[in-house]
Amino acid sequence: MTKPLITIAVTGLNAIDSPGPGVAVIRGLREAASFDVRIIGLAYESLEPGIYMHHLVDHTYQIPYPAAGIDALKERLEYIISKEKPEVLIPNFDAELYSFMKLEKHLNTLGVHLFLPTFEQFEERHKVNLPEFGKKYSIDVPRGFVVSDASEIFSISKELEFPFMVKGKWYDAYVAYNFEQARTYFNKVSAKWGLPVVLQQFIHGTEYNVIGLGDGAGNTIAAVPMRKQYITDKGKAWAGISVDDKKLMALTRRFVESTKWRGAFELELMRTNQGKYYLMEINPRIPAWVYLAVGVGQNIPEALTHLALGKKVVPFEKYDVGKLFIRYAFDMIVDRSEFETISSTGEL
Amino acid sequence: MKINKDLAISENGFLFNPATGESFTANPMAFEIISMLKEGQRSEKIIEWATQHYLVEKSTVEKDLHDFFGLLRLHQLSVEND
Repeated sequence: MTKPLITIAVTGLNAIDSPGPGVAVIRGLREAASFDVRIIGLAYESLEPGIYMHHLVDHTYQIPYPAAGIDALKERLEYIISKEKPEVLIPNFDAELYSFMKLEKHLNTLGVHLFLPTFEQFEERHKVNLPEFGKKYSIDVPRGFVVSDASEIFSISKELEFPFMVKGKWYDAYVAYNFEQARTYFNKVSAKWGLPVVLQQFIHGTEYNVIGLGDGAGNTIAAVPMRKQYITDKGKAWAGISVDDKKLMALTRRFVESTKWRGAFELELMRTNQGKYYLMEINPRIPAWVYLAVGVGQNIPEALTHLALGKKVVPFEKYDVGKLFIRYAFDMIVDRSEFETISSTGEL
Repeated sequence: MKINKDLAISENGFLFNPATGESFTANPMAFEIISMLKEGQRSEKIIEWATQHYLVEKSTVEKDLHDFFGLLRLHQLSVEND
């Protein structure tokens, strides 16, 4: 029986040392049992490796950075849609999600379907709102303070014992062991990611992450917990192993049920030596290690595509425990003409 | 002391705790003790086995076994004391 062919646009093709999830998402889509795919890559930079992975990506278009504004993105997407007619679009960056959420209804009218969190879900899980989120849903989170002015750090450092974390609004986190370091990191992350900056209690423990998918009605369609085995200097998992922790799964289901989460997500948790989990962050998108979930039996990109197309999806009930993912770097040899084409025409 | 029933133990002494994702390599003696615990053997039996197979005083085995049990507890490889 021939499978239907679906055209899917995917962002996050920057498969670098701190990778965007796009390439892993595409690998999942390519392995989907229920459909074949034609992949349209959406890239911000002409050196994003996914652009040149022709076995994974059929055609790539450059799109404007979120800073260029929603109108610029809308115009570019309209052009791409008129050419490629994608049925589904999967955005994979935190910083771009807001723009795509804003454009979701408009894109629907053009025949493009997304499956994203609601604005309320997106905002309340934001790291600047995490303490309130923890209180509302009875989930343990580290103590945190939102800071917009460096002068506030001194008074907060009396309440938060050193060391504590200094976190950027979108990205970047540093451990500050004294006031001077806290101020330096505040300046560093605010210069790069803007204000506010989050000062967060340092939780000592082991890092666990859960990748999941909620259907928007409170049902957990997929969930795979992973223990980070090897962490890069940027704090990214370079290797991880799927685990079977009932507490972690219960926490995930409670999160999805109480928030009625719509779309993919990643929970970042810290497990103390006493076995207590603290929710450190909620990423409202598919994480870069999604291929582990595919490898252990839960093809989340495939399930998300069905949900985006309005189809019913039966929740996954199991996954293989004790399977590792180990990331690797790979050098591609690319002809200059390809680089020229994407750089000068904005597509390849 | 009982061994966590979910603990995966390979013949070569590789241990994997599926709940935490941690893995360990047990030396032959540790592997033997963990296997005996998994079979439900009590401390007395393990001490008897160790003194028969190794040139060691019973009091030394008792102390070392106590330390070893502490390690198992620390890494959540055990579930309860006997």
